[in-house]
Amino acid sequence: MLKRAKTWGPGVLLLAPTIILVGVFVYWLIIENFRVSLTNQHTAKPSSKYVGFENYSNLLADPNFQHSLMNLLILTVVFLGGTLIFGFLWAWILEQPAKGEGFFRSVYLFPMSISFIASGVVWRWLLSSLQTSQPGGERTTGLNRLLDSVGLGALQNDWWSNPNWGIAAIAVPAIWQLSGYVMALFLAGFRGIPDELREAARIDGCSEWKLYRHVIFPQLSPVMLSAVIIIGHMSLKLFDLIRAIVPDANTYDVQVPATLMWVKYIGSDYADAAAIGSILLVLVALVVIPYLIHTSRAEKR
Amino acid sequence: MRRRLSLLAGVAVLGLSLAACGGGSDNSTSDNINPKDATGKVGVFTWWADGSEKAGLDALVKVFGADYPKLAFDNLAVAGGAGSQAKSVLAAQLKAGNPPDSFQAHAGAELQDYIDADQIEDLTGFYKDNDLTSQFPKDLIDRLTVDGKIYSVPSNIHRANVVWANVDVLKKAGLDPAKPATDLAGWFADMDKIKATGKTPLAVAGSWTQVQLFENILLSSLGVDGYNGLWDGKTDWKGADVKTAIQAYEKALSYTNTDRDSLSDWAPATQLVEDGAAAYNVMGDWAEAKFEQDGKKPGTDYAYFATPGTAGTFDFLADSFTLPKGAPNPAGAKAWLATIGSASGQAAFNKVKGSIPANTTAKTDDFSEYQKSAIKDFSQDKIVSSLAHGAAVPVAWLNDLSTAVSKFGGDKNVDGLQSSAADIAAKFAK
Repeated sequence: MLKRAKTWGPGVLLLAPTIILVGVFVYWLIIENFRVSLTNQHTAKPSSKYVGFENYSNLLADPNFQHSLMNLLILTVVFLGGTLIFGFLWAWILEQPAKGEGFFRSVYLFPMSISFIASGVVWRWLLSSLQTSQPGGERTTGLNRLLDSVGLGALQNDWWSNPNWGIAAIAVPAIWQLSGYVMALFLAGFRGIPDELREAARIDGCSEWKLYRHVIFPQLSPVMLSAVIIIGHMSLKLFDLIRAIVPDANTYDVQVPATLMWVKYIGSDYADAAAIGSILLVLVALVVIPYLIHTSRAEKR
Repeated sequence: MRRRLSLLAGVAVLGLSLAACGGGSDNSTSDNINPKDATGKVGVFTWWADGSEKAGLDALVKVFGADYPKLAFDNLAVAGGAGSQAKSVLAAQLKAGNPPDSFQAHAGAELQDYIDADQIEDLTGFYKDNDLTSQFPKDLIDRLTVDGKIYSVPSNIHRANVVWANVDVLKKAGLDPAKPATDLAGWFADMDKIKATGKTPLAVAGSWTQVQLFENILLSSLGVDGYNGLWDGKTDWKGADVKTAIQAYEKALSYTNTDRDSLSDWAPATQLVEDGAAAYNVMGDWAEAKFEQDGKKPGTDYAYFATPGTAGTFDFLADSFTLPKGAPNPAGAKAWLATIGSASGQAAFNKVKGSIPANTTAKTDDFSEYQKSAIKDFSQDKIVSSLAHGAAVPVAWLNDLSTAVSKFGGDKNVDGLQSSAADIAAKFAK
């Protein structure tokens, strides 16, 4: 007995701090958050009773929350689509034997090293909604000014200040920032495909398109899945970029669940804020869990 | 050896978490502590981190240092958007039972949350000890009193229904800056003339400044009783007069800069007026301090007047300071509150911040022209509570209404704003 403890004891003790910290600061807080979301604590006053899932049903019926979910969907689709297209395109270009690959790889990957907050400050200026044709148009800055000065003035728009599609403009800086990362993933995927396979296909008389369609793309699908999971769950949690670009937390046009949770929280509506937190956790889990299942199956194989 | 190290690490972590749980507060009654004997640090939490606000706080701290040389002032200011960042930090600290010695809050309904949560001390005794009841205006004392108790000491009084105008822009549009319009219709007619000269008639910034504009239009359109009734249930949010007011707000928005949501706070909007890019900006009188700091002269560079239709009304808000329950240095906090309430403290602070003293015995001879006019107005006008600054309604109500107003900025749906404002009022009104 004592002998066995001697073998696994040090390991357990070594891990104990981590287990305790993660237990308290992750899992216990998730439970506590869920508990608060079941109470009626809508003001700074301590809660008086449990109301079950009433907060959840109220939230889901609330048009403002539905608007934020819709925004989240648009944001995720545009963000995901944009990063995948640009990431793949860049990787595909760099994959062709060309000079200066290392240089361009750094150029594309570089935006990722900047925090969302820092780039958000710049993009706030770039995505200014004022247009040159509007009153006060001489103050126009950023992309609208640029479009006007290169003769594409017709493309000016109000960016994120549009109540229906404005959130898609927030995806632009996010795409700019993470396409390089997706590129790196794809590039690694391309490099993982042995040259012999391509040569064999070519000898068999495969056209370039068919080579990609039947030999290369199927081998890139795990990379694609990783990219979708990583970008998808980042999009669900995206808060800092929105807060850095949009000055006022209460701006309706770009409200997503993460920012709405913050607004509820500063309004002392702890129960609703906690409920939104739980909903977000479920949404992220919906993205991540299938991936975990997939990878564990792949490892077993 | 390795085993002992990991054991040590485990014990250390356990100890840490126990210490975190054990930080309870001892609730000694602070009523019988004499601030004169206080020593140590006084941690004061505000959102006055830069500009005229920071300058005002510095002036106040100077007086505090002279009054209580044994105490050290510990500045816990958190910057950002009319206090929203600071409030979230504060809420977390209060919840954790780790309050500062004193914190800033807007007087009025906003304090109610802290009172309900049992987080701040009753200061009625403090008012008696320092004879403040006779030094503050009765109207103000009434607004500070909740169920017969007073919970905070106001440092200043601000007015939220002031229009700041650029004299040059008005003159070029053929308007006389000294004779502003007296009602909304006349004001909109003036704005049409300004629009014709190619300038933006009305500058406004992000969500909370839009709420303040909305509040001004409601006040102008509904009158004092109608406006007050919105918060106590006497005015029907679904009524035709509210609809007229919302239509007027829609009209006002049509004169504003289209990049309003991109402006980071009130100052960039006021800057547009200062620079002559826009004619008017509806802003609280903290704008006065900005004009003054930038070396602008009233009358020649800028003009100010009560929002058309609200003359004779003082749309009030006040910053005030509290004594949180479980404050680490309650005696020091009382010393700080005594300085804030005192005539000398109020004179020093408000001179710089652009507001007016709440204490009527403060010396105001060297105050600016605007401040003197505001002091006069405050003594004779009807006083109403500001919506955008937490005086009229609790934070949660204001929050929901801000979302509705922000949404309206995009969809301009009058019926939508009216029905959601009515729903929100029904949800929160008691």
